[in-house]
Amino acid sequence: MLEYLLFSVLNSLVLGMLLFMLSSGLTLIFSMMGVLNFAHASFYMLGAYFGYQITQAVGFWPALVIAPLLVGVIGALVERYGLRTVHKYGHVAELLFTVGLAFIIEEGVNLIWGRNAMTYPVPQSLDFPLFTLFSTEFSTYRMFMLLISVAIFIGLYMVLTRTRIGLIIQAALTHPQGVSALGHNVPMVFMMVFGGGSALAGVAGVIGGIFLITEPAMAATLGPIVFVVIVVGGMGSLTGAFVASLLLAAIQTFAVGLEYSLTDLFALVGIHGQVSGLLEDLGRIQLSHTGPILPYLFMVLMLMFRPKGLMGKRES
Amino acid sequence: MPTLLRRYGIWAAAMIMCGVLPLIFKSSFSISLLSQMGISIIFALSYNMLLGQGGMLSFGHAVYLGLGGFLSMHALNKIGGGALPLPLELLPLVGGMAGVVAGVVFGWLSTDRSGTTFALISLGIGELIAASALMLPSFFGGEEGISGNRMVKMTLTGFKFGKSVEVYYLIACWMLLSVGLMYLLTKTPLGRVANAVRDNPERAAFIGYNPRSVRTLQFTLAAFFAGLAGGLFAINYEIITAEMVGAHPSGSVLMMTYIGGVGHFFGPIIGAVLVTFMQQSLAGITHAWLLYFGLLFVMMVLWAPNGLAGLIMMHEPVWKAGLLRRLLPSYLAILVPTLVMLTGIMILVEINYHLSLSINPDDPLTLFGIAFNARSPVAWGLAIALAAVGLFFFRKMVRWVNQSWNEVTQAMKGADR
Repeated sequence: MLEYLLFSVLNSLVLGMLLFMLSSGLTLIFSMMGVLNFAHASFYMLGAYFGYQITQAVGFWPALVIAPLLVGVIGALVERYGLRTVHKYGHVAELLFTVGLAFIIEEGVNLIWGRNAMTYPVPQSLDFPLFTLFSTEFSTYRMFMLLISVAIFIGLYMVLTRTRIGLIIQAALTHPQGVSALGHNVPMVFMMVFGGGSALAGVAGVIGGIFLITEPAMAATLGPIVFVVIVVGGMGSLTGAFVASLLLAAIQTFAVGLEYSLTDLFALVGIHGQVSGLLEDLGRIQLSHTGPILPYLFMVLMLMFRPKGLMGKRES
Repeated sequence: MPTLLRRYGIWAAAMIMCGVLPLIFKSSFSISLLSQMGISIIFALSYNMLLGQGGMLSFGHAVYLGLGGFLSMHALNKIGGGALPLPLELLPLVGGMAGVVAGVVFGWLSTDRSGTTFALISLGIGELIAASALMLPSFFGGEEGISGNRMVKMTLTGFKFGKSVEVYYLIACWMLLSVGLMYLLTKTPLGRVANAVRDNPERAAFIGYNPRSVRTLQFTLAAFFAGLAGGLFAINYEIITAEMVGAHPSGSVLMMTYIGGVGHFFGPIIGAVLVTFMQQSLAGITHAWLLYFGLLFVMMVLWAPNGLAGLIMMHEPVWKAGLLRRLLPSYLAILVPTLVMLTGIMILVEINYHLSLSINPDDPLTLFGIAFNARSPVAWGLAIALAAVGLFFFRKMVRWVNQSWNEVTQAMKGADR
């Protein structure tokens, strides 16, 4: 039991920090521009594919730097020439633009790399078990992921709170006109934040593509989860995104190991019996199989009862 | 008589067209295409009840299509087994009712706020249902879905529905009926108040309408028509899988409605017809059709946010003023570089798909009847040159189009004075 607990905690930390890398960029972009970027997970996918391709050419370590930079540049271009064009048509148009962009990026990945999953292995220098506790090994790569994401978290926090540009960004989140009146180039700040958020998603892609899987459907699988994270954490709140990332990762990791069903629950309070008819499976679903639906259930309930999210300050 | 013709002429024309089309296009491919168009038209119009008329951007509208389809399929199997006395022609109503039930529940839960919150709740509900579809195999049929047999003994009309053209006429009847009903709905007080709530919920609340109730009602009615379309889908294909409730059909109905145009009632009809045609015909020709579809969508978002219907209606005053002829030369002139540019892009896309997807990339690729090696630099160079030259002249011609458009508007303003 202790072994299960310890490794579940470690694994949910790894997954949670990966989710945070994605959700931090998304939530910053949202609070700054009011745009829910549906293409954010697509930048994560681009990061993974670029990472794969550059690893093939020059190895993993250069890829870890070059791929996110490329993704960041693409993100900045998207903001400059796409989002800024549709801005005049309102938020729905901006949102739909990112939906269409996600669609095009997925098809573009199909176009260039094909529909099958890539073989994107763990780099050799990190491919050994770091330590063995009880009977389970913990791989070095997971620890490396954890370190990278913690470093990025600290870096992001420092940049946002301790540097001049961070202060300007924070000010532009709430009072863009005021910042603009002080002589700062706010559209430029928007472009940088969008590019920076995309680059963070790119980093997540380079290391997450190895950890999870690199395939054209990876954006569509992870994208909604990232939305759940920023909704639960509170739209626009970095701390909220951090807490929610860890929370969701923990829920998903821990649910896998628990094998209870509704029937067991009812039996516990003394009700025995079977659901019959079209929904007869309802009683049989085990908690370990509910992993895929739990986040969405969580998000819908959150939106209905506390739309601000855990740490958010405003509603949508 | 002329007023009668003006008011009902378009409906009569639509009816005649629906009756005559399968007599002209008799092949089984075109019959199934027409049937699918009918289903898509209902679905897209029902989606526009949310987005266009109610201002609710939904990412999970396929939930109601899918639930309607699944319940209809279960009902169809019950009819076939003799357990349910319901004629096949009325089966879509079962789907519609399923949509209503789901619509009341989910509608009430999600319509407290519109905007991003509504969009996210609809996304969450969509993902929730899609994910639970695989957990409830006795309702959703697991991986292989649920199939049925539409040739049941109980029918109203005496048709056996063995031939697909009979199913087409059933779909056409339901389609015309639903389109008519949805059009009338826009004229009712509910339709008007839904518009008011879309434009300014505070003011609507101020004059005594609860925005949430109005949205829920509108949402439920939209879900009814979506469920009805699902019932027709079940009859038409005799199989329905869990993918029907998923993100993919939800996304494509959003895109087809937007391409058609959300601001006008007939916009989604254009979108549904066009996109279904693309879907069925292009999907057979090229692997890249989804990419073209996505590009079309993004281009519409960027440059024509009112959709095709908006583009058409923009020209109505010009046409009435009799100035359309002044626009024509510039339109014809922009057509040429556009086609050149699109051809170039298309060749590039097809070359790439050929290289990444075919078993042997060295096999010759055939485009426009010309077979060539996809790796040949000549093809690449030609494609890039076409795209670049097209883009260059396209930008020049855009200026001309804008100029003649401005002249026409000036002329119309002058005529007003």
